Amino acid sequence: MDNAGLQAIWLTLKLASITTLILLLLGTPLAWWLATTRSWLKGPVSAVVALPLVLPPVVIGFYLLVLMGPNGPVGHLTQSLGLGLLPFTFAGLVVGSIFYSLPFVVQPLANAFEALGRAPLEAAATLRASPLDTFCTVVLPLSKPAYITAAVMGFAHTVGEFGIVLMLGGNIPGQTRTLSVQIYDHVEALEYAQAHWLAGGLMVFAFAVLLGLHWLQPKKAT
Amino acid sequence: MSEIKAVFKRVLGDFVLDVSVSLPGRGVTAIFGPSGSGKTTLLRHIAGLERAPGGYLAVNGDVWQDQAAGVFKPVHCRSLGYVFQAANLFAHLNVQGNLDYGLRRIPESQRKVSLVQAIELLGIDKLLHRQPATLSGGERQRVAIARALATSPHLLLMDEPLAALDVQRKAEVLPYLERLHAELDIPVLYVSHAPDEVARLADHLVLLGAGRVIASGPTRELMTRLDLPLAHGDAAASIIDAVVTQTEPEYHLSHAEFAGGQVSVLNPHLQIGQRLRIRVQARDVSLTLERQQGTSVLNIFAATVTSIAADSPGQVMVALNVGKNAGGATLLARITQKSCDALELQPGSAVFAQVKGVAVLG
Repeated sequence: MDNAGLQAIWLTLKLASITTLILLLLGTPLAWWLATTRSWLKGPVSAVVALPLVLPPVVIGFYLLVLMGPNGPVGHLTQSLGLGLLPFTFAGLVVGSIFYSLPFVVQPLANAFEALGRAPLEAAATLRASPLDTFCTVVLPLSKPAYITAAVMGFAHTVGEFGIVLMLGGNIPGQTRTLSVQIYDHVEALEYAQAHWLAGGLMVFAFAVLLGLHWLQPKKAT
Repeated sequence: MSEIKAVFKRVLGDFVLDVSVSLPGRGVTAIFGPSGSGKTTLLRHIAGLERAPGGYLAVNGDVWQDQAAGVFKPVHCRSLGYVFQAANLFAHLNVQGNLDYGLRRIPESQRKVSLVQAIELLGIDKLLHRQPATLSGGERQRVAIARALATSPHLLLMDEPLAALDVQRKAEVLPYLERLHAELDIPVLYVSHAPDEVARLADHLVLLGAGRVIASGPTRELMTRLDLPLAHGDAAASIIDAVVTQTEPEYHLSHAEFAGGQVSVLNPHLQIGQRLRIRVQARDVSLTLERQQGTSVLNIFAATVTSIAADSPGQVMVALNVGKNAGGATLLARITQKSCDALELQPGSAVFAQVKGVAVLG
């Protein structure tokens, strides 16, 4: 494998790791809110979270590009904060990926929190645990399988993204040229052998992830 | 002040909880009523799991909720133990971990019930390393009770802890509940719709119906009040307190004194001086106008009819005062309407009550 290939793999892993980490941190309170709220906002918010499931990534990438561009509101904000513009940077890719992979992290967590119900929370409260204490000592351990699913799905999904990367990141080696973009480049240049290495690798990776998930999940009690 | 004062008014859909009640701050108080009468709802308001605007709750002088003064202690700041209908053990912890969970959150200076004591009291020492999923329903409930006790609560709330259990498991857990009553000085509010549990466990009784308190008073009094539903039907019974005075080991009999005289029970394991709580079921009591001679029935008491009320079709419930003076024990007798008419029973009639069977509740 050539240097460009290794660079693309490293960049992709970095992007997926950072994205997954941030998603788990942001997704936890969001999923908790979705699972417990009785507010009318629940419907609209869960629809927004689920948007990336149905929208073509290119559409999301396009709007993110507009929002974060020099004339978009987010662009104005980042510029006034002295961060410069996000499109065509690694940071921009992270922001795009977070939005793109959001449902894959938030939905399993929200489902797990909802399935947990109020019973264990109430039991913990009657045993003197404050709400935060309860979350850390009861909700988190009981939701471990959901966290594994959320992390693996968020990571794998980010690894495979293409449309958003292309719209938002362009194709800068070492900065925004991820695996899927690299494969696309190879195919365009008719370098099928190199494309096979990377594409086949991704196939094996995806299969291993799904198989691993199957083994990691606790078996249903009979 | 040894008192639990609770005032809650809350509309929940078409159900209205409207309760204002003072309960003794010690012993076991049963909250009794048919399903849908608001027993669990009341208990959840006392725990703080539900919040009634304008509610008031003080437990032995400690104000937990006083909406007028803006006081509402969150659940985890109240010194209470709650035993849920389904044990609600933490699935990710073993039995020991479940017991430790509450205990660890209590400062050492406030620990009055030791873990060892709680484990011993509920007989769960062999279960400590088991996972909740591997326990039977009765074992789970015992662990849940021990877990609540280990927090040394000032008030123990139990929401039908036996309801989810079959008859056998119930019989397995009940003795532990009785021990708890006997050995720990923690006031207990016990929600139940089973008259036999109430008879065995409760000192005080609150009758709920459609979200309101119908009656509140000492258990033995309420159980024999013919204007209340508890004194009717198959399960109607009276409770008498007695002290063992004499034993006849060769007949496996013990004789005990109570307010109305002497009662004999078939139980060889009782000690002289032991206090007994004895249940006499209304259907086991028959009435005669003269003292029966040559009968196999051991327990025959001279009694006076105090009131009569219709029971199920063709049957009447008769309340009796046993003993020479008015302060004697109260017994219930369920007899047919025809017998009642034949004996011309009315309040004030002198009769003899023949008791076919008595049960020692412990």
